[in-house]
Amino acid sequence: MSAERISTAKPGRVAYLNARLLDPGSGLDAPGGLLVEDGAIVDVGAGLFRDGRPGDAEIVDCGGMCLAPGLVDMRVQLRDPGEEHKETMESASLAAAAGGITRMVCLPNTKPVIDDVALVEFIARRARETGLVHIHPYAAVTKGLGGKEMTEIGLLAAAGAVGFTDGTQAVADSRVMRRALSYARAFDRVIVQHPEEPGLAAGGAMNEGEIATRLGLQGISSVAEAMMVERDLRLVEITGGHYHVAHLSTAAAIDVVRAAKARGLAVSCDTAPPYFALNELAVGDYRTFAKLSPPLRSETDRRAVVAGLKDGTIDAIASDHSPHDQDSKRLPFAQAAFGMIGLETLLCVSLELFHNGHLSLLEVLRKLTRRPAEILSLPGGRLKRGEPADIIVFDPDRAWRIKEARFLSKSKNSPFDGRPAQGRVLRTVVGGRTIFTLGA
Amino acid sequence: MTAATSVRFAHRHLLGVEGLSPDEITLLLDLSESYIKQSRAADKKATLLRGRTIINLFFESSTRTRTSFELAGKRLGGDVINMSAEVSSVKKGETLIDTAMTLNAMHPDVLVVRHPDSGAVKLLSEKVNCAVINAGDGTHEHPTQALLDALAIRRRRGSLQGLTVAICGDIMHSRVARSNIHLLTAMGARVRVVAPPTLLPACIDRMGVEVFTDMRAGLRDCDIVMMLRLQTERMQGSFVPSIREYFRFYGLDYAKLEVAKPDALIMHPGPMNRGVEIDSEVADDIDRSLIREQVEMGVAVRMACLDILTRNLQSNEAAT
Repeated sequence: MSAERISTAKPGRVAYLNARLLDPGSGLDAPGGLLVEDGAIVDVGAGLFRDGRPGDAEIVDCGGMCLAPGLVDMRVQLRDPGEEHKETMESASLAAAAGGITRMVCLPNTKPVIDDVALVEFIARRARETGLVHIHPYAAVTKGLGGKEMTEIGLLAAAGAVGFTDGTQAVADSRVMRRALSYARAFDRVIVQHPEEPGLAAGGAMNEGEIATRLGLQGISSVAEAMMVERDLRLVEITGGHYHVAHLSTAAAIDVVRAAKARGLAVSCDTAPPYFALNELAVGDYRTFAKLSPPLRSETDRRAVVAGLKDGTIDAIASDHSPHDQDSKRLPFAQAAFGMIGLETLLCVSLELFHNGHLSLLEVLRKLTRRPAEILSLPGGRLKRGEPADIIVFDPDRAWRIKEARFLSKSKNSPFDGRPAQGRVLRTVVGGRTIFTLGA
Repeated sequence: MTAATSVRFAHRHLLGVEGLSPDEITLLLDLSESYIKQSRAADKKATLLRGRTIINLFFESSTRTRTSFELAGKRLGGDVINMSAEVSSVKKGETLIDTAMTLNAMHPDVLVVRHPDSGAVKLLSEKVNCAVINAGDGTHEHPTQALLDALAIRRRRGSLQGLTVAICGDIMHSRVARSNIHLLTAMGARVRVVAPPTLLPACIDRMGVEVFTDMRAGLRDCDIVMMLRLQTERMQGSFVPSIREYFRFYGLDYAKLEVAKPDALIMHPGPMNRGVEIDSEVADDIDRSLIREQVEMGVAVRMACLDILTRNLQSNEAAT
């Protein structure tokens, strides 16, 4: 796998021919073509270029492969600024490009925390300088992620924060959460919650149950997730706030969200690939790469995540990319950091939902593209005239093996190392410019 | 040696009881028997481990286990060095793996390791060339304790098969309980755990034990009462309201013991909190308490473990 930067010259007209068009925005799944000009999609359709190649455009023959909107990853930890030894904006962007992600949203848990307008502007500038994929920041709900004082939500939103979250920790104080939900509504911004009741989960290292007991590890009860979501939904009811639950992992919490949606509450949620592709057995003999937050759950929970994706309760799939260096992971399990990298495996592991017959190809793509864009009011995620030309060409069937050594991310902490995968990104295009092509 | 020669102990390390076969356990217990005799003789010293270096690496304080391993190594003629976290570079920020690599470079033959984190001894064992014995990792396993407990029981009762053993107290924080559950169930004993609900780990019944929260019900007709130390140092938050209340409901005294079999034996891995989990009189009852015998068995079992793992080293050395 290699990422290459093609010319930085302003792109002209590029015609993508002979593609299987997949547009989660319109539901289109048909052979056709797409025309890009000045970084935007100017034409797309099932019959496009049927009568011959356009003479005035660069031609990209897709060879019958899938052409879809680039993935919109709504949950990424960048570690930049502050922990550049784990990941930088540049390395994360290269990894994202290789994974078919054209737009990502980063958590505010950097050093310093993104809780100030200057930091939001800093991220925007660094993203511009890096110049690969689109990067948007979430800003913190509370100053310094301290859980007490609300940040300048209005000013941060105006500066470009697409939503608000305290990242990998829950907004635990009910009064603070109520005010944040209520106040952010005025600026039409979503509050993204890490759903874990911190008192109940404190000190835990993996899912509570037989395996934790056998390994002598302190467990995290699955109830901690549902409890936090239930509390928050009460607050959504009285505030009318826009609420999104990140990385759902338990049957109980998914049931709670399902019921809330049936009641008509403004709630959306996502999950991440490990929660439908793995269960707590992946921890095995103290494998710290499988130490995640929320923890990998029981097989029953994993199946419930798949069911939630199928029936639409779970709106989106995000990578939950959490890079960690060796020093943070080569430790006794209880001391090791939580999290896994996910940018480069987001698409191929999500495609397992298609290959296993749970979702159609368009349904999988919708959860990776249009739906997260809608939740955060971002452009992209559809093949439509006037949209930015953020697209990918991929082979849904290409077999390969995920290998740690091939990751472009600076950190290598993936529980999917060695896993056989099916489906691979061949080309990633951002703003009309090809930023990644799969090497031979 | 009385051990069945057909059984091979096919492990480089002793990291836990989980995964040992009944035959391997029997092999270790039989071998331990021979070392009891040696430890009781006037000349206790053998030459089996001559030239071998054993490092006791303790990241958690311990007197009896460390001393027991030290004696075991010395009685077999090995060179034993004690390292504790208090005086090592671990306190200066060196990681567990750095420590392992450093010690490995000194070519020890056996590392005996205790660590406050579950899984830490296994992690360390992956980074060294020598044999590793787990002397207790977090709340995971303490295999030599379970072996010495089994040896003490077997010498009094002849066999573990069919006995009813009640393990009582702080099951949640106890590596001794976990190792004993693995060993006793593997050897055909019926195991009960008795504890307040807050000190029972989730799904403990899935480890093949019967669960009791009423001590008298749990002790009824049992052959062995194995008490555990209330591990106050591992407890974050309140698991039991008070020591007084704990002793009232879960401390072993004669009143509770009377429902057990008349000849039921009492065990405790030590160190005991007298008046917390066990009444002093019961602990000191010469007819029923195995507590001092457990300590004696400890040295013999550890000699057997050092013996068997260094035999494996020899065969590996011969192969290369």
